[in-house]
Amino acid sequence: MTTVTRSERGLLPAAEPLALLTAAGEPVPAPVLPMPGDEVLLDLHRRMVLGRRFDAQATALTKQGRLAVYPSSRGQEACEVGAVLALDERDWLFPTYRDSVALVTRGVDPVETLTLLQGGWHLGYDPYEHRVGPQCTPLATNTLHAVGVAHAARLKGEDSVALVLLGDGATSEGDTHEALNFAGVWQAPVVFLVQNNGYAISVPMSKQNAAPSLAHKGIGYGVPSVLVDGNDPAAVYAVVRDAVRAAREGGGPTLIEAKTYRIEAHTNADDANRYRDPSEVAYWLSRDPLDRIEAYLRSRGLLDDARRDAVLAEAEAFAAKVRDGMNADVAPDPAELFEHVYAQPTPALREQAAQLAEELR
Amino acid sequence: MTAPTLSMAGALNRGLADALDADDRVLVFGEDVGPLGGVFRVTDGLAARFGERRVFDTPLAESGIVGTAIGMAMNGLRPVVEMQFDAFAYPAFEQITSHLAKLRNRTRGKVEVPVVIRIPYGGGIGGVEHHCDSSEMYYTHTPGLRVVTPGTPEDAYHLLRASIDSPDPVIFLEPKRLYWAKSEVDFAAGVPVDRAVVRREGADVTLIAYGPMVPVALETADAAREEGWDAEVVDLRTLSPFDDETVAASVRKTGRAVVVHEASGFCGYGAEVAARLTERCFHHLHAPILRVTGYDIPYPPPKLEEHHLPNVDRVLDAIARLQWDDQVDGVVGVA
Repeated sequence: MTTVTRSERGLLPAAEPLALLTAAGEPVPAPVLPMPGDEVLLDLHRRMVLGRRFDAQATALTKQGRLAVYPSSRGQEACEVGAVLALDERDWLFPTYRDSVALVTRGVDPVETLTLLQGGWHLGYDPYEHRVGPQCTPLATNTLHAVGVAHAARLKGEDSVALVLLGDGATSEGDTHEALNFAGVWQAPVVFLVQNNGYAISVPMSKQNAAPSLAHKGIGYGVPSVLVDGNDPAAVYAVVRDAVRAAREGGGPTLIEAKTYRIEAHTNADDANRYRDPSEVAYWLSRDPLDRIEAYLRSRGLLDDARRDAVLAEAEAFAAKVRDGMNADVAPDPAELFEHVYAQPTPALREQAAQLAEELR
Repeated sequence: MTAPTLSMAGALNRGLADALDADDRVLVFGEDVGPLGGVFRVTDGLAARFGERRVFDTPLAESGIVGTAIGMAMNGLRPVVEMQFDAFAYPAFEQITSHLAKLRNRTRGKVEVPVVIRIPYGGGIGGVEHHCDSSEMYYTHTPGLRVVTPGTPEDAYHLLRASIDSPDPVIFLEPKRLYWAKSEVDFAAGVPVDRAVVRREGADVTLIAYGPMVPVALETADAAREEGWDAEVVDLRTLSPFDDETVAASVRKTGRAVVVHEASGFCGYGAEVAARLTERCFHHLHAPILRVTGYDIPYPPPKLEEHHLPNVDRVLDAIARLQWDDQVDGVVGVA
């Protein structure tokens, strides 16, 4: 099997999204990249099942009032899981608010992952523990942080790579363009993964972008660009892995557009029926990334009912852990409001802390 | 041994060089800061001395400069970036306010972002539009930022070194009109951050100034002496956090205060100073605290800026207005 390396592909993305599996879960003829190994495929499947269950649990908790808000990534598991599994431990991940499944795949504690959305504090985890930047709610600002972290790694002589996740809407923001330009000029070891799920809240692609694809946006910055089927976990993994390897070896940045779909609304507070047709959702449900990898694994004899049931049971246990953690009533300490504004509280902040403490007596 | 005489730009250049020398983690980057040495030559010679790994030009994109500096700081470096001109920093405003200022807070202290953003600011140099803004209040209103502005070359050197050493992000405002003002710089002096300084002692009125207005306040104090008014001059140096202690002590002593700044008065820094002093020193005041500021207009064209910028006469007029109650002890009258 001959495959095409990243440098041989040049800057331009292919006209059709790169895939390794068809929607029915069959291997595509003449794949551009090699199929990941069996262990990786099984891990992708397992993590996607866990991720989907986690997502459903978080959505349920939102309905019970346990989360202030939850942006679901149901349908985008191939991107969330495929991209993260393509990283090594020493690499960095810069997620957006929709990437909770990516975080738990990275190993962040699920309750700490949801702290932001639960409202206990702005962040629940230590960004250095798993090399995961804070989940970012402003759009595209994290792209520059990723470029900075990646460039710093190179200046320090380390070979870590930064992967930054962004959505289709974020590609309209100026910071995406500044980040691509900086990354191109500096040849920074950073991978941009755009999860194009079709809508920036309610605004469709047609009103967001006039280029042939979002991947085309890399060309003007000298950043090699790849269009990938975002519902094909094997392809997302292979493409991100390839880009990470290239970055690690000094080949500079890559922009990847993964074409996928957001099955749920923007968040639990959104009514997607106001701006999209149910038939569209039905079409994408038929392209479910989990079904796709499951069909392939079964056809290869790598997955049977017993293994699938074991993974489902693990997912149930995982969901129960999330439920228990989120159902515990959290009472953040108001004194902490004043603790992390500066390295040391200023005299004025100490006064204000004392005032609040007095009010709470 | 006498201290050398340096311009403020020279003192800042020396401060950057010494910081680069002292700590490998320090980086200097921005627009034109490399071989050109910055449009005000503050980074002159640094690229040649420290190499392009430490001192480098970036693409022309302020949000990009600040955003990547944040990432570099997250990964253990200490970036010192230049915004070239005050109003040029506005494209970076989101990175500054949403991320630079808040990352420590958002991450419960786990992430420190020791970034220094140097911004040449203010007018008085005949600059065209967008080159003369006094933007301090945008930054002082943002918790999590330190906002520093030197009024002398010696302070410029020491405050810059202290800012680079600070674990908190610092907006370092450099008064453009003072870049070429020279005075002695004692490198051993040491200047604490977060502390104001009494530049000149006086008994009758406190003139509160910072950055470009420090020389104006000192000149006014000289002129006031001829009118029989003994003015004390407080140079704030650090605008945020505010040094209540030093400023309030001076105003309790003199009973009168005038705050002077170039920026527009409405919702300006002087309003904050006046409010704080009123809360802390009301029973010591013989008159309302007055502000002498730029007008509430967009920064004017070069040929009109002299009418906008506070000058000695305008500050003297304010002092005169504070003398209302001389005949009525302890009671504030109406002019």
